[in-house]
Amino acid sequence: MATFTMRVFRGDATGGGFKDYSVEPEEGMVVLDVIHKIQATQANDLACRWNCKAGKCGSCSAEVNGKPRLMCMTRMELFQPGETITVAPIRTFPLIRDLVTDVSYNYEKARQVPPLRLKPPEPDGTYRMMQEDIDRIQEFHKCIECFLCQDVCHVIRDHEDKKRAFAGPRFFIKLAGLDMHPLDTRDRSAFIKEQAGVGLCSSTRCSTEVCPEHIHITDNGIIPLKERLADNYDPIVWLLRKFRGK
Amino acid sequence: MANESYETHEHDVLVIGAGGAGLRAAIEAAAQGVSVGLVCKSLLGKAHTVMAEGGIAAAMGNVWPEDNWQVHFRDTMRGGKMLNNWRMAQLHAQEAPDRVLELERWGALFDRTKDGRILQRDFGGHRYARLAHVGDRTGLEMIRTLQYHGIHQGIDVYMECKVERLLKDGDRVVGAFGYWRNTGKFVLFKAKAIVLATGGVGKAWKVTSNSWEYTGDGQSLALWAGADLIDMEFVQFHPTGMVWPPSVRGILVTEGVRGDGGTLKNTKDERFMFNYIPEFFKGETADNEAEADRWYADKKNNRRTPDLLPRDEVARAINAEIKGGRGTAHGGVFLDICTRRPADYIRKRLPSMYHQFKELAGVDITKEPMEVGPTCHYIMGGVRVDADTTAATVKGLYAAGEVAGGMHGSNRLGGNSLSDLLVFGRRAGLYAALYAKDFGGALTVDSAQVASIARMMLEPFTRSGGENPYAIQADLQQTMQDLVGLIRTENELREAIKRIETYKQRARRTHVDGGRTYNPGWHIALDLASLLTVAECCALAALERKESRGGHTRDDHPYTDDTWGKINVVIRERQGALALSREALPEMPAELKALFQERK
Repeated sequence: MATFTMRVFRGDATGGGFKDYSVEPEEGMVVLDVIHKIQATQANDLACRWNCKAGKCGSCSAEVNGKPRLMCMTRMELFQPGETITVAPIRTFPLIRDLVTDVSYNYEKARQVPPLRLKPPEPDGTYRMMQEDIDRIQEFHKCIECFLCQDVCHVIRDHEDKKRAFAGPRFFIKLAGLDMHPLDTRDRSAFIKEQAGVGLCSSTRCSTEVCPEHIHITDNGIIPLKERLADNYDPIVWLLRKFRGK
Repeated sequence: MANESYETHEHDVLVIGAGGAGLRAAIEAAAQGVSVGLVCKSLLGKAHTVMAEGGIAAAMGNVWPEDNWQVHFRDTMRGGKMLNNWRMAQLHAQEAPDRVLELERWGALFDRTKDGRILQRDFGGHRYARLAHVGDRTGLEMIRTLQYHGIHQGIDVYMECKVERLLKDGDRVVGAFGYWRNTGKFVLFKAKAIVLATGGVGKAWKVTSNSWEYTGDGQSLALWAGADLIDMEFVQFHPTGMVWPPSVRGILVTEGVRGDGGTLKNTKDERFMFNYIPEFFKGETADNEAEADRWYADKKNNRRTPDLLPRDEVARAINAEIKGGRGTAHGGVFLDICTRRPADYIRKRLPSMYHQFKELAGVDITKEPMEVGPTCHYIMGGVRVDADTTAATVKGLYAAGEVAGGMHGSNRLGGNSLSDLLVFGRRAGLYAALYAKDFGGALTVDSAQVASIARMMLEPFTRSGGENPYAIQADLQQTMQDLVGLIRTENELREAIKRIETYKQRARRTHVDGGRTYNPGWHIALDLASLLTVAECCALAALERKESRGGHTRDDHPYTDDTWGKINVVIRERQGALALSREALPEMPAELKALFQERK
C-alpha cells in the first residue's frame, strides 16, 4: 500500500490553512486512525474530538474531501491509492482550533425543547406502550448528536439572521419524537412553528443524506412534523391524537 | 503565567463526570434544592455510557415473574466471586427496577414485551432474562434521557473541562481546580461536596474498549486527596472485542450477541465453552449443546448455556483456546450468530453490531461469524465508599459508578454497570446534597495550593527537548497489556512496577508544542499523572493478592483461596508514597447468607 497524504486544516479563529502529512497505511485504517497517528508522531497539538471510535458517540464529525462524515466510520479504502485526502472542520460552526468547532448552538437549542409532559400511569403505577407505537420514535432516538445534519442545513449554514428562530434537523426529529411519544400530553405546536421554525426547512433531504445513523430525518421526521402542525390547528384532531397516544 | 487570574464558580455540590452516574447524581442533588455544577471532559452526552450496548440489569420480572431482587443479588455476588460489598449489591438489586421505570418516565423508550411492558434480555451470569434494553444501543438511550431531563433541572454544566486536583481545607474537600480544554485557561470550583463520577482506567491498556477519557482521573483525585482505593487488582477483560482489522482491535462486541443466541466456536468448529465450566457454576450451567439451546426458551427445565458464564470465565476460556492453537489467524475465536438466528432477527436485535462489523470490518454478521477476543473493559476496584451514602473516606467526597469500588467484587456481570450508575448515582447526589446542607463554617480555598497546581500544569510548555507524552502513554499501554493483563505472574508484575517507575520519571520531563487552546498533546501530558497512578495501583494490588479470583488471575497462584476471599486490598497515599494493606471484607448478615444455601 502506498503512503497516504492527508491534507489537514490547521488553524484557529484568527486564520490558518491546510498542511500535508504523510502517513504509512495499516490494514483497515479509518480517517480517525490517520489523525491519531499524526498526533502521536508528527503534530502532538493537532486538535480533534473523538470518543468511542465506533460510530456511537458522534464526536469526530469533520468534512472529508468536502463531505460531512464521522472520521471513525470513514475507511481509508474508500479512497484511491495515492489520492490526497482533505480533512477540514465542519464549517457551519465557529472554529476553535484545527478540527474542533464550537457547537454550543446545538446545546442552546436543546435546552429550548419543551420536555415530555407525562399522562397519568396505569393503576399499578407503571405505563404500557406497544412496540409498534414506538418503532418510529426509536428510529429518532438513534441520533448520536454528531450534528452533521446541522452542519449541512442551509438555514443554519447561510442565514445567520434566521438561525435564532430555527432549531435544525437534529431538533426536528427530537420534537417529532416527543410529539409522537405515546405518554406525552404537551402541545408544542407554537414552539415548533415559531421558535423551532420548521417552516423554513425546504425538505430537500440534505440532512438525511449525511446522517451516519441512516435516520430518515426528512421523510419520517420533518414532513410528518409539518403535517401534524397543520392538523394541530384543528383542536379536535389534536385531542384525538393525544387521547389515542399516537 | 502561573499567577494569571482564573474564573471561579461556587456550588453546593460539584459533580465531576457526566456519564450515567454523574448525570443521575446531578439530577438528584438538584432535586434536593442545592446548587449543582456538572463538569465533563467531553461534550455533554458523549461520555462512556453512550457506548454501553446490552442493557440495564433490573429484576422487574416482566419476562420471568420468578425473578426478584434476591435472585439478582445472588447472581451479582456469585458473579463477583463473593468479594462484593454485600450491602452495595443488595441496594443495587433492590433499587434497580425503580431506576429503570424512572428513566421511562423521563422519556426513555425501551423495547417492549407483547403486553406493552419493558422487555428484558438474557445476559451472562443472570439467572433470568433481566436486562431492559433498546436493541444494542441501551447506553445511548440512557445517557440521552438523563441529558435531556437534566438540562431542565437548573444544573450548571461545564463542558470540555478537566479537573486536575481536588482542594482541601483541613480534612475536608472544598473544591477542585482544572482547565477548560477549549481555551487552556484555568478554572476554580469551590464546592461543599464533590461527587466523583469519572469512570474507569482502561486507557492504560493497549487493547481496550475504552476511549481517551478513561485515564483514572477520579481514582487518582481521590487517592491524592487522601482517600482509600480498594480492589484495584480486579480489571475486567470483556471476552468479546473486535480483533480485525488492527485499527478496530478492542472495540466492544456486546454480550447481547450471546444473550440472543450467539455461540463461541474455535477453528475446529467446536463450541468450546462446554470444556470450561468451573466447579463453582456446574450446578447452574448446561453441560451439553441440546440443553444449552433449549434454555433460551425454557429456563425452568434447563440450565444456562456456558456461552453466558460470567465474563471472567469466558475471557479466560477464549485466551486458553487461542494459546492452545485453536484461535484464528488474527488471534481471536469465532462468535457465530448467523447459523443460529434468522437475518431479520439479528438486524432487529443487534443493529449496531451489524452496522459496526459491516462498516469497519467488511463482515456481514447475518452471513459470517465474527472474530472476537478479550479487550480491557472495566475496573471493578476504585474509590472505597460507604454502601448507603457513597461517601469516600475523605469528608465531603462521594463516588459513584465505575470510579467506585466494592459493588461488583472481583468481577462485574454484564448489565450491572448501567444499573449501578443509576442506583448509586442517585444516592451520591442525594447524600452529597444532604452533606452540603449541613456544611458548617466558611468555604475556604487555599490560594497557595491552587498556585502550585497551576505551576505544575504549565511545566510541559516550559521544558525544552523533553519527552513526547504520546510515546510514554504508548509504552505504558504496551507494558500493561503484556505484564498486567488477563493472566499475571509475580515476575511479570514486578517487571511492570519497575517499568512504571521509569515512565513516571519520563512523565516529569514531557514537553508539548503549541499553545494552550485545545491542545491534545498537553491534555495527554496532564492525564499521564493519573494514568500512571492507577496503573501502578493495579500492578501493586495484583502483586499483593496471591490467589486467582474473578478479574485477577495469577498463573503462579491459580486457585481461589478462602482466606483471600475475606480480604480487600486497600491502597492509600501517605507522605507521597503508596501504602497497601489487607483489610477485612464487611460480613454479610445471616438472612442474606441463607440465599446462597437454597440452591447451589
